[in-house]
This record gives sequence, C-alpha cells and structure tokens, in this order.
Amino acid sequence: MHLPTSSAFKENAHHALADAGLQKALARSGPSFIARRTAAVAALPEFEQLRDIARDIKNHTLAHLDFYLEEWEAKVLASGGHVHWCATADQARDAVLEICRSVNARTVTKGKSMISEELGINDHLERHGITPVETDLGEYIIQLRHELPSHIIAPAFHLNKEDWEDSFRKSHTDLPPDRVFRERRDLLTEARTRLRQKFLAADVGITGANFLIAETGSSVIVTNEGNGDLTQTLPRVHIVLASIEKMVPTIEDCTSLLRVLARSATGQDFSVYTTFSTGARRPGDLDGPDEYHVVLVDNGRSAMLGTEFQEMLRCIRCAACMNHCPVYGVVGGHAYGWVYPGPMGSVLTPSLIGVAQAGHLPNASTFCGKCESVCPVKIPLPKLMRHWREREFERHLTPPVVRTNLALWGFFARRPALYRLATRAAAWTLGLLGRKRGRFHKLPFASGWTAGRDLPAPEGDTFFARYAREQRAGRIR
Amino acid sequence: MLAAIRRGLRRGSLPEDQAAMLRGRLASHPRHLIPARSRLPHAEQVALFVTNVEKEFGSVARVPDLDAVPEAVATYLAAQNLPTDIVMAPHPELQAIPWATRPLLRLREGRAEASDMVSLQHAFAGIAETGTLMLPSAPQRPTTLNLLADTEIVLLRASRLVGAYEEAWDRLRAELGAMPRNVMLVTGPSRSADIEQTLELGAHGPRRLHVVLVEDAARR
Repeated sequence: MHLPTSSAFKENAHHALADAGLQKALARSGPSFIARRTAAVAALPEFEQLRDIARDIKNHTLAHLDFYLEEWEAKVLASGGHVHWCATADQARDAVLEICRSVNARTVTKGKSMISEELGINDHLERHGITPVETDLGEYIIQLRHELPSHIIAPAFHLNKEDWEDSFRKSHTDLPPDRVFRERRDLLTEARTRLRQKFLAADVGITGANFLIAETGSSVIVTNEGNGDLTQTLPRVHIVLASIEKMVPTIEDCTSLLRVLARSATGQDFSVYTTFSTGARRPGDLDGPDEYHVVLVDNGRSAMLGTEFQEMLRCIRCAACMNHCPVYGVVGGHAYGWVYPGPMGSVLTPSLIGVAQAGHLPNASTFCGKCESVCPVKIPLPKLMRHWREREFERHLTPPVVRTNLALWGFFARRPALYRLATRAAAWTLGLLGRKRGRFHKLPFASGWTAGRDLPAPEGDTFFARYAREQRAGRIR
Repeated sequence: MLAAIRRGLRRGSLPEDQAAMLRGRLASHPRHLIPARSRLPHAEQVALFVTNVEKEFGSVARVPDLDAVPEAVATYLAAQNLPTDIVMAPHPELQAIPWATRPLLRLREGRAEASDMVSLQHAFAGIAETGTLMLPSAPQRPTTLNLLADTEIVLLRASRLVGAYEEAWDRLRAELGAMPRNVMLVTGPSRSADIEQTLELGAHGPRRLHVVLVEDAARR
C-alpha cells in the first residue's frame, strides 16, 4: 500500500528538482502536451461553447445525483449486471475481492484506473493470493517498478527510455539478457507479447470508468491502446470500478463531454477506443464476459456535495490542469505524494485524505490561473485551493512563523496609511543600501528568497508613491 | 450512500414532479451543440470521414459495390504483405459478398482467437466528424474481431455514414432498440504514447485499421 507522503511535499519537491532523469522527462514531455491541446482546440471553433455545455451537464447531474444513480442502477440490473454500493475504500476493496473469489480467480488483468490506485486494489488482491496485472503500458511499467503513477493519463511521464529498458531486463528474465532495444517500438512489442498471454489467461478483468450513463446503465472507458477492451472482453468476469461523480444522464450528455475530453487530454479529436459496456454477454454472443459488476465507490465524494468543493466533482480527469501547471512542470507528479497530482490533486487530495496531511498541496501554487483557463468543465481550481488555505489557517494547521508573519502583514494591510509609510521607509532604506550593486546577495529574514537567487534592490520608491506622483502630473488618469 | 448524497444536497429524495421532469429528459435525451464541421452534404461527409481516418493513421479503399470487395481486400493484403487467412464476422452482409471470385482468400466465420492475423468486421455506422467507426456487439458482430487480430479490415457502406455521433446513436436506438452489450467507437489503429510521450502504433489492439468503403449512397 502506498501511504501518502503529501505532508512531505517540500522535501519531495527538493528531491524532484535535483533528479536529473525526472528533469529530462519533464523538459521533453511538458511542452508537447500543451502544443497538442492548443492545436486540437484551434481546430474546433465551438470548443469554448462546448466547455460551458460540459460544465452545465456536470452541474445538472451533481444536483440530481441521487436520482440519476437510482435510474442507472435499475438499468444495470435490467441488463443483467450487478451493482455494489461501497461507501468506503474498505468496502470497495472487499467487494472486488469477493467477486474474484466467487469465481476462484487466480489472475486479474486491469485497465488503467485512477480509482483503483486510490483504493489500493492491487495490494489488497496480492495479499489475498490473487495476482493483478496492469495492462496499460504506462501502468505496467509502474507496477514492475512498484511506483505510483506520476500523471493521471500518462502514468510513466517521469521515465526515460533507459528506465524502461532497465525495468524490462530486470523483470522479463526469461528473455536473452543481451537483447537490444534499438527503438521505443522494440519495448512496445516486448510488452505487447508478454501482456497478450496475460489477457488470455486472466479470470477477471477490472477496468475503471470515464462515465456512467443513467439512460442505458452503461459504463464508458476511453483508451488508445485497446488494453481496456481486451481486459473487459476476454475474461469471464468484468468488474467496473467507478466513483459516483462519473454519472451523466444520457448518451448525448456523454457525447458532449467526450468532445472536450480527448482534446483537453492528449490533443486528439477522439480517443482510439471509446467503449460503452452494458451488462453481461447476451444470448447468441460469441464473446464477452459472463458477469458484469460495477463497484460504485463514494470514498469521501458525497461529503464534498453542498460544500465549496462540490465543483471539484465535475472533474473528468483529462490532466490538462497539470499539463499546463508551472509547479507540476518542475516537480513532476510524485512530489505531490499521493494518487492525484497537479492542480486537480491539490484540491481533491485534501478532500480525500484530509487537509492536515495534504495542506502543502493547495499552497504549492503560483495562482497563475492557467489550470482554470484550460479546464474543460471550468473548475475554478485556484479559488478552491484558496478555500483549502483558509481552512488550513482556521484549523491552526499553518506553521506558527507563517501565522505570525501573516498577522503582522494583516495589521499593516488593514491600516493603509501606516502600510504606505512602512513600505516607503523599507523601499527607501533598501534602495539606499543596495544602490551600489543593484541587488542583494543576502538579506535578513529573506533567506528563503536569497538562498536561490539575488533580490533586486528597490529603486527607492514604492509603486503607490510613484503612481500618485504620475497621477498628479497628469501622465495617468 | 444515497442518504449521504441527499444530506449534501440538503434535501430528501426528489419530489415526484421534479423526478418526472428528469425522466422526461432521459426519455427525450436532448442533443447539445453539434459542431459545424460535419454539417455537410453527404458526399462531403464521406470525404471528411476518409480524411479523418487517414489523419488517425488508418487507411480507406473506396469501392463501387459489394462485388468489388473481395478484390479490394486481396489487393490490400498483398500490398501489406499479409497472409490471406481471414476471420470474418458472421454478418449476412459480409456472407452475401461473392468471395469465390478470389479463391486465395481463406475465410473463417466467428470470433477472433489470439492466433488470427487478419479480421474482417462489419460497421454499423461511420461518423465523419472524427473518422470514427461504430461497432456494436451482436452474434453477427463479435467484439474480439476489433481487438485480437494484427490487422482489422472493416466494411462500411457509405449509406451508413453520418456526420455526428448523435446521428449514429439515433440510428442505433431506432434499429437495435436496446443498448447492445458493447458498443465500440473506433478511431484509427491501436497506439500508445506511454514511452517518452512519443506515439507508437500497435499497442495491444490492431496495428493496422483498413476501411473498405462501399459507395452505395447514390442508390439509397
């Protein structure tokens, strides 16, 4: 089980900055994600309108979530499927194990699922003698390396080709150790061959769900590799892991969300495989699973309804926020210390594991607002991070030094005349002291800044004073 | 769980009049905005479909009628240097094709097995908006044909080609009634960008996706 290390975000971030391999991976992949999304959005003039529609569909669904869940369940049952309502992670893990045991499963193949990471399904199955096999290429290598994904749609975002070669040589010991991986394709081919055997041998297939559809009782997955489809088609039993906020009312609602999902995520117009599953194998079918189960998970989501964090439940997990985040771009996903990194993780993680553990995350933001501006369902991520900062402060979780300084700053900020006098005095003094070099190499109480870079010396005046002067001179109005 | 959700929403279960309204929304499943890119005359939709399939690394062969399909399939397999053993969907439209004109093509009907190299699938619909094939499961259209073979060939009649996803779903509702067990929307061959975020084709599904497009629309 991967225990959260979010409380050590600062240390994690320091390590990440010094990790040459990670920095190489981030520098390579970050810009390409942004460029691909930009191109896809530019090619669809209606994209902005579709974002509004996507937001409204999710808001409508969340406001009537109880109703739609009940309608959906009735449809799942009518199509021969089963629904397991699980309020907690424990209940969900046990439900999955119970289904696997009911068919004496020995191996389980898995499609990529973030909720599975959140629940720690793999460890739970392993502890009970069942072998889980991740089949998404990125998840597969993460499993070989006993790591957590570092990105919600590109789990192996932090790895370079050398890392892949190294892991494959260590894990696939039945193959010649001196084999040559000339190009990425050779790695892909080796994984394909190996996983094909696993697909055919598995007793149970577990996938996540991008959407649940109330109208039809369907679950929807979106993949590019086809691993999710092999996972849910070949074994006797298909288990869908889905959290409650995946619900949408109709196929048309789902279609509208799909139009913004792939474009926001990988910059594709549409993913290669978008698959709607409804119940178990029908009479006469030549393939497909005999049993279809949905493990429906709450695990903290219903507690977000009716709070300022309800808007976070609109998230469709496209990863655009982290792809565009300047903080994620330099520290990568592992620094966030748990399953969900980047801006969406900075809001969601405190909701799920508590702000006491994850309080650093909403503070790890420059508030540049890029995440909100690219979010396909328009979640106001900076605002929600600010709410977490407020809660952290209210609960006295903020360190004493920060509290004292904030209180001191607050004292002056509430007294504008005093504030201006004080800042003017400081600017004048610092301006005088730093006149010679134009910058400070070291400064008392500012080592947090000067340890990494010089502080430019003020020019002897404050912005306020200069603004007032210019206004008086009639140069600005 | 429902109680916790209702607590969050600060209400009990929905009043009957509101529930009836939402049931009406489910039954009428209203459409949202449909992008203008696919609002075209049919011939241009066909062209858009072909462009989009090719953009997503698939290929398309346009043939005048079903009689020309065996020739098109044989030519494609030869050009790709692929074997001529094919596992074919047991669909009446595929069965009606005069395969005997190309005796070198060896066809087996049924679901795909891991050893199959080439599959021939039947498309329920094509969607021009993104070059997407709609492949609902049925005894005549096994899902494994979309997944296990190295090369998937899909027969699509141009009269089954629509502009937007919504139009394909409406056809599915009208013709099949209930939702099939599995509906795959396929856009190009399998791929992964998990290694260094660089695209490689042929991850777990087919390495090649070839559409044989039968131009029957004029006779509709």
